[in-house]
Amino acid sequence: MTDGAVTVLIPTLLRRFLDGRSEVPVAVSGPTTVEHLLNTVGDGRPLLSQRIRDETGSLRRYVNIYVDGEDVRGLDLLDTPVNPGATVMIIQSVAGG
Amino acid sequence: MPFFLEAPSILTNPDFIGAVMSTPGTSTTLLAIGTKKGLWLATSNDRQSWTLSEPKFPMQEVPAIGIDTRGGRTRILVGSMSWHWGPCIVHSDDLGATWTEPQEGGIRFDAGDDAALARVWQIQPDAENRPGVVWAGCEPISVWKSTDGGEHFELNRGLWDHPHRSEWGAGFGGAAAHTVLPSPADDTVHAAMSTGGVYRSLDGGSSWEPRNSGISAYFLPDPQPEFGQCVHKVARDAENPDRLYAQNHHGVYVSEDSGDTWQSIADGLPSDFGFVMLSHPRRGGTAWVIPLKADGERFPPDGKLAVHRTDDAGTTWRQLDHGLPPLEYNAVLRDAACVDTAEPAGVYFGTRGGSVYASADEGATFTEVASHLPDVLTVRADVVAG
Repeated sequence: MTDGAVTVLIPTLLRRFLDGRSEVPVAVSGPTTVEHLLNTVGDGRPLLSQRIRDETGSLRRYVNIYVDGEDVRGLDLLDTPVNPGATVMIIQSVAGG
Repeated sequence: MPFFLEAPSILTNPDFIGAVMSTPGTSTTLLAIGTKKGLWLATSNDRQSWTLSEPKFPMQEVPAIGIDTRGGRTRILVGSMSWHWGPCIVHSDDLGATWTEPQEGGIRFDAGDDAALARVWQIQPDAENRPGVVWAGCEPISVWKSTDGGEHFELNRGLWDHPHRSEWGAGFGGAAAHTVLPSPADDTVHAAMSTGGVYRSLDGGSSWEPRNSGISAYFLPDPQPEFGQCVHKVARDAENPDRLYAQNHHGVYVSEDSGDTWQSIADGLPSDFGFVMLSHPRRGGTAWVIPLKADGERFPPDGKLAVHRTDDAGTTWRQLDHGLPPLEYNAVLRDAACVDTAEPAGVYFGTRGGSVYASADEGATFTEVASHLPDVLTVRADVVAG
């Protein structure tokens, strides 16, 4: 197991749920998953969590998550593995009119 | 579903800041306008001249608003929907200066329900004698009840577990319970859904039965089914709680027996199609509709936007269009119309073209409150403390 941290980047519109922070370091003791990271960042912050995933746990349609630049929708969604040292970006998609 | 008592989250996003102004000692009417891209609040001391706020909740749909003035407090409840971040329900007790979204509150399905809230379609404060009770109708088709003023809602299991649920369908706008009407007289509650029709509970929401006898569903193989009608809006008569008015997907009806049977009251209207149904806040027999030409031509008939009022429970109708534009092809959606509780009653509506109109004389004359807003999804108005 490798101790380390994953950096989770927070989009501007959700930073008010994290005291304005643009990124959150999450300590990990080895490879983890996107779901674990979302659970950790959202722990005690239900209003943040429900903006990223709905009640069924699904990632909202127009929220994107990239692990070191790779879209999790092209990987294993919330089961996508994340290694220590990785950067996970949460960002809204370009949508709307 | 348990209630939680965590401290509420005060939303400090600048988008949410900015109260409307009311003048002390005067009667101020608040008109809340929910659109496809945000909320506007308009205020007036005479219901003729209006002051419009800056947009709140920009880029969020606002399909549901409730103004709860019971107990001398004005609470604005807003159901909004961000295409990115999902739906939520918030409230303001200071006329829109700040908005609160309770932690672990709002409307949320339990994990075992295998469902996710898509949109709040209706926020309905209950009667004066049931303080704190607020009902909500939502997509997917569901009815919710709050007993703390709209901060936490509990799913109505009687309707959610109804054996008909798998057969209810989706209208063009989605599958939703868009009308919830608790009776002030007893434990009767009516809910209406598109598509599914009208359902009635006689026990405060524990159990529900369809009540659509007489309402046509011309678009189904059986045009007189027990349920499955595409009801667009239902309103309860102010003096007779057993009298209901319904605007359907083609068809305007009245029921004199709490929904057991329905009779057409479309004679005298230019069309039986439309979305709006309003009833007077105090006077029995008075209701308003805003007809559209037809399912396949959802425009005001001949481009003449007009409100039609009955004062005899649908026996006769009177066209009201003074102050409305000579040519208008935008439709008025089911909740984009409302009445206030003033005397005489105010009538308000907004179009999909972003024009909003107000009448301080029960529809006899209209003035323009705003124009060129995004599509108006809902309006709600009431007299608030000045």
